[in-house]
Amino acid sequence: MSVTEQEQEEFRIEVSAWMKDNQPADPGFLLPQTFMEVGDERQLEFLREWQHKVWSAGYLGMAWPKEYGGGGVAPVFQAIADREMRRHAVPICFNVIGLGWAGPLINDIGSEREKEKYLKRILSAEDIWCQGFSEPDHGSDLGNAQTRAVRDGDEYVLNGQKIWTTMGNFAHYMILLARTNPNTERKYDGLSYFLSPMDVPGIETRPIRKITGEYGFTETFFTDARIPAECLMGEEGQGWKIAMQTLQYERGAEAGNAGGLAMVRVTIDDMIAQLHDVSRDGEPVLEDPVIRDQLVQLIMEEKAISLGDRRAHINPLTSDYPGSLLLSHKLRATEATRRMRQFAINLQGAAGGLYVGDDEARQGGFWQRAYFNSFSATIGGGTSQVQANIIAEHILGLPK
Amino acid sequence: MSVIGNTSLRLSEEQAMLLDVAREFCRNKSPMASVRAQLETDTGFDEALWGEMVALGWTGIALPESCGGSGLGIAAVVTVAEAMGRAMLGTPLLSTTLAAQLLLRSRPGSEADAVLADIAAGSRTTVALLENADWGDTGLSCTLAADGVLTGTKKFVADAEAAALFVVVVEHEGAPALAIVRTEQLAEGAITANTLIDQTKRSATVEFTGVTVAPADMVTGPGVASALRDFQLLGALLTAAEATGSAASCLDTIVDYLKTRKQFGKLIGSYQALKHPAVEILTQVDASRSFIYHAATLVGEDPLDRDAEIACRMAKAQATETLRYAGDRAVQFHGGMGFTYECDAQLYIRRAQWSQQQFGDAQHHRKRLAKLLLD
Repeated sequence: MSVTEQEQEEFRIEVSAWMKDNQPADPGFLLPQTFMEVGDERQLEFLREWQHKVWSAGYLGMAWPKEYGGGGVAPVFQAIADREMRRHAVPICFNVIGLGWAGPLINDIGSEREKEKYLKRILSAEDIWCQGFSEPDHGSDLGNAQTRAVRDGDEYVLNGQKIWTTMGNFAHYMILLARTNPNTERKYDGLSYFLSPMDVPGIETRPIRKITGEYGFTETFFTDARIPAECLMGEEGQGWKIAMQTLQYERGAEAGNAGGLAMVRVTIDDMIAQLHDVSRDGEPVLEDPVIRDQLVQLIMEEKAISLGDRRAHINPLTSDYPGSLLLSHKLRATEATRRMRQFAINLQGAAGGLYVGDDEARQGGFWQRAYFNSFSATIGGGTSQVQANIIAEHILGLPK
Repeated sequence: MSVIGNTSLRLSEEQAMLLDVAREFCRNKSPMASVRAQLETDTGFDEALWGEMVALGWTGIALPESCGGSGLGIAAVVTVAEAMGRAMLGTPLLSTTLAAQLLLRSRPGSEADAVLADIAAGSRTTVALLENADWGDTGLSCTLAADGVLTGTKKFVADAEAAALFVVVVEHEGAPALAIVRTEQLAEGAITANTLIDQTKRSATVEFTGVTVAPADMVTGPGVASALRDFQLLGALLTAAEATGSAASCLDTIVDYLKTRKQFGKLIGSYQALKHPAVEILTQVDASRSFIYHAATLVGEDPLDRDAEIACRMAKAQATETLRYAGDRAVQFHGGMGFTYECDAQLYIRRAQWSQQQFGDAQHHRKRLAKLLLD
C-alpha cells in the first residue's frame, strides 16, 4: 500500500485542523500525563470521552482492520495523527493496555471470536483493559508468577495476587499471566495467558495510594474467582511465550499499536517556558548565573541522550562496548527526567513548596506532581540500580 | 524551537576507515611502555614515530589537496585524536593541525600556501596565543610593530620545543594579526619549558621580543578574528576527542582491575559501590563520544555557525569532565596501587587535569553555552 507524500501532507493538514478545533478546554483539574495517573472518576470520564471522540473522528486504530473498528489504512497515517496529537498537546488516549498491548496481541494471534468481542470496544474506550503480570513477591521476575489458574470443567478457578495493576479498579478486562501447572521442570512452562473479565465474584481490587497522594494502580486479589475456560488465550503452557510477545508491543519492538498519544512528554523546553515570570534576587531567574549553569547541564544531559540514540545505529562508533547505548537508555533517560523535574520545583522559589490543590501552586502543582511521578519510571521496569547492575555485568563484563 | 536543537550525527566512510587505521596504529605503536619511555624526554615523543604519522598523511588530513593534504576536513582529525587519546600518545600532531587550521581559516584562498604545504609535509607548527592563564581573556599585549618587530612573551605554547614554526597571535594596528616565526629566528634561551602535570604533553613560555617578521609572514585582515574564534573552538573539540579516547581507555583499565583484583575473598568488581560508578563512567564516555562526533558532523571549512559552536563547547564541557571523573575514580579504585607512580591510573588523572585546562574548562564553555541557549 503505497502512500504518496502529497497524500500524507493532505492528511496531516486535515488532522491538524481537527486537533486544533477539538482540543478540549481546560477541565479545571490536572489531567494525567500517563495512563498510570488516572486516579479518579472525573479524570476517567474525561479521558474516555476524549478517546471515544478521537476514535469516532477516525484518528485512532487507523491501521487496525476495518471489520473490528479500525480504519484499515496504512500505518503511516496513524504515525502522522500521533505526531499531530503530540504537537497540539491534546490529552492522552488512556486505554493503553488495550490499545498498545492486548489489542495488537489479539489482532495478531487472537481467534475470530476474540477479535470480534474485544477490539472495537478497546478503541472506543467502552472496555478498559489492565494487565496482571507483576506479583508482590516477584517484581521483575515474571517467570516466577505464582497466581494459580486451575481448570474445573468449563471454568478456570483463580487464586493469588497481582500488584501494580494500572487502572485495575476501572478495568473491564485483564491480560493475566497465571500458573496452570506448578510441577513443570522449567518454571516458564507452567504459565498460561488469559483474557480475563474483571467483573467476577472473587476478583477484588484495592487502589494503591501513590506518593503523589493520588491513585492510579491497584492490588488485585483473586479468591476462588471463576472465569470461563474460553478466556484462555492459545493453549495451556504458552503463557510465557505470549507474555514475551506482549512485551514486544510494549517496547515498540513489534508494530500493531493502535496509536494515540500514550503519554504527555514533559520537555526541558516546558520547564524553561514556565520560568519566564519567575524571579530570583529580584532579577529574572534565567539571568542567575548559578541557575544558568545548572540548566545548561540539564540541557546537555538531554541532548546527549538524543545524540546517543543516533550514534547507537552507527556501528564503527559503538565498537568498544556494543549494546551499551541501547541497554543504558532507560537508565539515562529516566534519571535525567527525574533530575530535570526536581530542578523545575527548585526554581520556583517559595512557590516550590506548594502542591496540587493550592490555588497559588505554579501550573496547579504540575511540576511537583510530575517529579513524584517520575519515580514510576526510575523504579518500574527494573530500578535504576538493577539497570546499573545489568549494564555492569552485561556490557562491562563485571562479576555478579 | 527546542533548546535541544540540532542533533545530527553522521560518520562518513572515510572517517570510519581512518578511525580503524588510527586505532590500530596507536595500539601497535604506542603501548604503555612506549608512553612511559617518553615521560621525561625533552620533546615527549619519538621522532621515528612522528615520521610514520607524517608518512600516513596525518599532518595533512584537514588541509586541502592543493597544498599536499588529503582534504578530509577537520572532522576526520576527530577520529585520529580520539585514537591517540586512547593510547595516551602525545606528539605535536594536534598542535600542528590546529596551527594549520588557524592559518588556513585566516586567509581564505591561501590553499596553495607554501607554509601550509610545509606543515602537510610534517613541519611541526604551534600557535602562541595565551599571555596569561585565562582562556577567556581576549586582550593582546604582544604586538607587531609597523616595521615588523615583535614585542611580547607567550605562555603555555604547546609543543614549543619541538616546533619548527610558530604562529604568534599579536596586536597589529589595533586588530589581531598573526606572525609566522621560525625557530631559528628566536633568541638563545627564548624557550622556557613548563613542567606539566601531564608528562605526555609539552608546553613552554616563549619570548618573541625583538624578532623581526618579514611582510610575507604577516597575516592581517578581517579573517583573523574569525579564524581565532574557530581555532579556539576546534582546539576545544580536538582536546575533547582526545580526552574521550583517554577516558575510554581509563575505563578499560578500571574494568580490568575490577575483574582481577580480589578482596575479602571476592572480585572487587562484584561490589556495587564500584560497579555503579563504573557504569556512570561508561555512560559519561558514551555522552562524550556522542558529543564529539556530533560536533565533527557540524564543523566544515566555513566559519563555524551557531550549531557548530554549541556542539564544540558541549563536547569540551562533557569530555574533560568525564575524564576527570574517570581518572579520579581510577586512582581510588586501584587502592594502594592507585597511589603509586607505577600504576597507569596516574597517567589518566594527570591527563584529565591537563585536558580540562586546554581551550577553556567546562565552566568556561557552559557559561558561553548559557548565553547561546538561554538568551
